[in-house]
Amino acid sequence: MTGYRLKSGGAIDRGNPLTFSFDGRSMQGLTGDTLASALLASGEPLVARSFKYHRPRGIMSAGLEEASALVTIGRGAKATPNTLATTEELVNGLDAHSQHRWPTLRFDLGAINQAFARLFSAGFYYKTFIGPGKSPKSWLFYEHFIRRAAGLGTASRAPDPDRYESCEASCDLLVVGSGPAGLEAARIAADAGLDVILAERDFRLGGALLQEAGGIGSDSPQSWIEQRERQLGQAANVRILRRTTAFGLYDNCVTGFVERLAPDAKVRERLWIVRAKRVLVAAGAMERPLVFAGNDRPGVMLASAMRAYANRWAVAAGQRIVIATGNDSAYAAACDLARAGIPTLLLDARAEISRRLAQDCKAAGVELRLARVPLRAVGRTEIHAVEIGATDGSHAETILCDALGMSGGWSPTQHLLSQRGVKPVWNDALAAFLPGEAREPIRCAGASAGIWRAEDCARSGRAAGAEAARALGRSAPVEDFPAPGRWETPIRAWSFGGIKGKAFVDLQNDVTFEDVRQACAEGYDAPELLKRYTTLGMATDQGRTSAVNALAVIADARGRPLAEIGTTTFRPPFAPVSIGALAGAERDRHLLPTRRSPMHGALVEQGARMLETGLWLRPWFYPQGGETVDDAYLREMRLVREAVGICDVSTLGKIAVQGPDAGELLDRVYVNAFKSLPVGKARYGVMLRDDGIVMDDGTSWRVAEHEYFMTTTTAGAGKVMTWLEELLETRWPELRATVSSVTDQWAGASVAGPQARALLQSVLSDVDLSNEAFPFMGVREGRFQGMPCRIARISFSGELAYEVYVPADHGEILWRALLEGARVRGGGAYGLEALGALRVEKGHVGGPELDGRATLDDLGLGRMASAKRPFIGSVLRLRSDLQRRDRPQFVGLVPVARGETFKGGSILCEAGDESGHGLGWVTSVTESPSLGHWVGLGFVRGGLDAWRDRELVASDPIRGRSTRVRVVAPHFLDPEGARLHA
Amino acid sequence: MLRIHCPFCGERDHSEFIYGGDATVAYPDLSAPMEAWIDAVYVRSNPKGPHRERWQHSDGCRLWLIVERDTLTHAITRVEPARTAIAALLREPGR
Repeated sequence: MTGYRLKSGGAIDRGNPLTFSFDGRSMQGLTGDTLASALLASGEPLVARSFKYHRPRGIMSAGLEEASALVTIGRGAKATPNTLATTEELVNGLDAHSQHRWPTLRFDLGAINQAFARLFSAGFYYKTFIGPGKSPKSWLFYEHFIRRAAGLGTASRAPDPDRYESCEASCDLLVVGSGPAGLEAARIAADAGLDVILAERDFRLGGALLQEAGGIGSDSPQSWIEQRERQLGQAANVRILRRTTAFGLYDNCVTGFVERLAPDAKVRERLWIVRAKRVLVAAGAMERPLVFAGNDRPGVMLASAMRAYANRWAVAAGQRIVIATGNDSAYAAACDLARAGIPTLLLDARAEISRRLAQDCKAAGVELRLARVPLRAVGRTEIHAVEIGATDGSHAETILCDALGMSGGWSPTQHLLSQRGVKPVWNDALAAFLPGEAREPIRCAGASAGIWRAEDCARSGRAAGAEAARALGRSAPVEDFPAPGRWETPIRAWSFGGIKGKAFVDLQNDVTFEDVRQACAEGYDAPELLKRYTTLGMATDQGRTSAVNALAVIADARGRPLAEIGTTTFRPPFAPVSIGALAGAERDRHLLPTRRSPMHGALVEQGARMLETGLWLRPWFYPQGGETVDDAYLREMRLVREAVGICDVSTLGKIAVQGPDAGELLDRVYVNAFKSLPVGKARYGVMLRDDGIVMDDGTSWRVAEHEYFMTTTTAGAGKVMTWLEELLETRWPELRATVSSVTDQWAGASVAGPQARALLQSVLSDVDLSNEAFPFMGVREGRFQGMPCRIARISFSGELAYEVYVPADHGEILWRALLEGARVRGGGAYGLEALGALRVEKGHVGGPELDGRATLDDLGLGRMASAKRPFIGSVLRLRSDLQRRDRPQFVGLVPVARGETFKGGSILCEAGDESGHGLGWVTSVTESPSLGHWVGLGFVRGGLDAWRDRELVASDPIRGRSTRVRVVAPHFLDPEGARLHA
Repeated sequence: MLRIHCPFCGERDHSEFIYGGDATVAYPDLSAPMEAWIDAVYVRSNPKGPHRERWQHSDGCRLWLIVERDTLTHAITRVEPARTAIAALLREPGR
């Protein structure tokens, strides 16, 4: 194939040449070119290697149906693989590369795969790697090599440096496609006053009309398009989006688009979510290739593509062209090429055609051969001849040519309708699927509805625009929808008679006619099965040009009409969408809120190292000098155990439960009783889900007859709030209780350690903190520097401890006062790391133990459950399987050799058997400065009853470590609670 | 891509709501037999057509709603507060 630029014509700007490169070679194109048209004009036949066999491939189309010419644009972090050369707008400096070849495009060692083609036929993977006697390991071994040998381009692993954005819009009528149908629909709808969005994939409006030489009525295509473009551009109620592909149509006519911005824009792509009242799909149709040997060779392309290159881009696909067809549409292509001065021979599989078509050929200088089909394209990296013959393969002869056009009929583009579950209806006379009836206000017009002639397309657009206007209460002229088709001679779409050699059905996935026949012979003869067995219709192409041809091959193999074979359902996206576009500006933190404790300023000022937990920033530890986290948390633990420590607990969820039935509500959601709790007392409570599994824990304080102050875990706050709201509104509307989140209203600190009472008393003068006046689990209200505060004597660490809450605005003042007092007493602040370690020493359950699988009994808390009264989960927690004694249950763990350490996440196994899932797992560990060795918590089958004082191995296969541990009760420190009650 | 018409906040994107399960399930008494609880928690029908669901307008008024949605077409035909007293009040504001 030796393409070249024609001397005149085309919608290109000959005064504005552009420089680009392909595989490092500098080339010239013109403004208005695509990468494909520029490559073709430069006489470049070979642009790609195929997916499986590394066959040389050229350009086979002029649009989105391209299955061969996939290239990588840009390099490094900016590289975009698998870009269609046929839709890529040419710009100055465009840097394109062929892909999936080594060492070069022309000399590709991977092409050796062709020699093993018999091995790679339909079902290769299944037959070779799966089945009786096939080890799954063989797949694991070969996968690496196979993945290297077959594939498309490679994505960059570097972060994408480009910017993306997203926006939402709504409109009355959304028109997808700006061919004659789309333009007319938009015009009529806009005239009627509708708010219209017109989306066009191309950088030019006009659709298929851009590819035609003849116009509509007396207008040339150019002037017809320009007139409408001007009119729509001036209308305030029309938005035109160019370079914009509709990739998905969803419920309620919500449509997703990707707009590729002009090359010099700051933003590369923009994602649109458009809510339309009605959608008109006027996305045109795609021409189908013919199936014959060598139909994938560089130089073989769709007849309509040859016509488009000649008319729109003034590029001749070759110097001697043969076009093969079985329908009327290729006659216009052949005549346009001949009139442009290119010697053109037209083969028609049909023995008879209308007199007008024959006259057209004669007038244009096209040589016409009837009842002839192509048997084989001759050539490897570019064709130089075609073998033709009768439809049964007889009467073979060879004709020299350097470009071969083909037209196997047309497939209306109905992917968006298919995504909505609209089943297309096969029309035998047109050899095409026509749109089925949609339940939603979605309509097809133009070639998408099987309407072939430009003036009919325009008319269908006017009819659809008027229909939309009337449906939305506007007045518009009534116009009839034209009938689909209207060719003069019936189509002959397929002849599979004389196929010898590799004839491709799916060019992108290298699936041949023989593969499809073989799959049918092996029983995979339904479209969805065939797709999975042969990969036909997969990857970026999604069977745009192959789906219908494959159905025809199946129909032929089964001897049944095509309509009985079925269809493929298309799913979003219609065209590949970059992850960048979907993410838009939502990269890194973007608008993710950062929740700061009301004490944040004071903590940071003090040098706290903060840690992100969920959305919260919490103090992790307070390094002194060059302390690491491990140094710091052990020191902070000692402060708490020996003097006094203060810790910010403002992040705990806090819910005000108010009303006469507040106690009844808590009685129903906690496993233990709260209605009987006196005012001025707090209680630790556990909540279950309906299914009897533990949901969350925390303390609730009765602050008044009709008011409780509930605290939840930091992570569980939102979940518990929603749960209580759900219960009150949907299950127990009779309860006179309300819940309000007050998490952000209160700042809280824990004050823990032998000196806790003295410290707290020093800042709160009006509350008697003595053991007699304020016993364990007591709740008091007082004043802190004139502000109301709430104090409860509760402990997470096992020490004498209080939680004190003040209005959020006073959080920092409280913190500073407590810190000063703590330091005076030899104490200080402790962070999250020490908080967690202290509770492990004490054996309290925390997040790692409340993992959504544990029951109350698993956690050793079964005795908390009220026996007298039912609560949420009280019935299902007694299911026999949840009561089994061999369930994993909560235990304490200590290393057998006291100096050894072990890690959370380790698997607990019996010594000598570290395979499989083991007998349990380690949830939390810490070094215990009080005990002088490491301690841990975990779950083991049968729990303490089965394992007390016995040895297990904490196996950490990821790090390749094992530690012998002894199972003990999960209370390492002060099990009697003497410190707590001091 | 549903739009739910919250009776208080107006028509909003479904991303403002959380789905809360099948509204045709009547949860039994807390002390009901185990079979009743197993039915309520685990047994669901999978109807094709109109269906009643619980949704919470979690990023809005936080009200729990009963949404009547067609599982086939996703058409939402009715939205009411789950609390029947509020629903009745909305229907007859004079009461």
